[in-house]
Amino acid sequence: MATIQPIAGENEQHPDVALVERVRGGDVSAYDTLVRKYDRQIFRIAQHITQNREDAEDVMQDAFLKAYEKLDQFQGNSKFYTWLVRIAVNESLMRLRKRRTGRMVSIDEDVETEEGSVPRDLADWAPDPEQNYTQSELAEILRKTIQGLPQGFRVVFVLRDVEGLSTEETAETLGLSVPAVKSRLLRARLQLRERLTRYFRNRKSQSEVGVEK
Amino acid sequence: MTCTEFLAQLDELLDDAVTTEMRADLKEHLRGCEHCEVTLNTTRKTIEIYRSHEIYSLPTDLRERLHAAIMARCKKGC
Repeated sequence: MATIQPIAGENEQHPDVALVERVRGGDVSAYDTLVRKYDRQIFRIAQHITQNREDAEDVMQDAFLKAYEKLDQFQGNSKFYTWLVRIAVNESLMRLRKRRTGRMVSIDEDVETEEGSVPRDLADWAPDPEQNYTQSELAEILRKTIQGLPQGFRVVFVLRDVEGLSTEETAETLGLSVPAVKSRLLRARLQLRERLTRYFRNRKSQSEVGVEK
Repeated sequence: MTCTEFLAQLDELLDDAVTTEMRADLKEHLRGCEHCEVTLNTTRKTIEIYRSHEIYSLPTDLRERLHAAIMARCKKGC
């Protein structure tokens, strides 16, 4: 599972850093390039956290504007994308807090559950389970399933497995330790697997195990 | 190796981050444990399916609108 993008060598400048430098030098069009490069990811992350389309739109705008304002604070030692994601995660949590009239919202919410730490439903899946559903049905299943995860697991799974941040980057972005990210990731993966089994189990032959080695 | 020990290594195995020696131990466990084999394969599939299906897409018209709003504010100095 390749989740880590190749990291530029010590002396090799990441293309984003050059764009950031151009923006700092007054070239706003370079920021346009950065927005277009990452807007889809930021929108997805915001929607995963807020679970609300309008909030995600606001978060996307606010995150890019805040990043622009704070560009002087960006240190070249972390990736621009990781820095931007951190801003978007914070904006998303703030948005949730507003919606819940000030109740504290954190990425630690609901993580005490023991559910899913041990697989219970061990039925194998159909060979290509997606093919039993239309694209929109499948998207609905995937949305519903991931929305059911505790926030603290969902955000780790999204950053690490969907958006491709490394474990270390995910930890840094969320202000968690690496072991905490690892523990949440395992439980997120197992819970999602368990929940998807309800839809994808091999109904024709429960005992036959399709082995993919 | 027990199933619990196998599960403790599941993420590393999925992320291809196990040592050669550990990989051999895990494979040995899988040979005799259908449950862990199913767990491994379906967890791998879970990750793939979420990675390959964009469940929250950003429609082009909305994207352009948000983009224009962001850039207009940036040009004004926010």
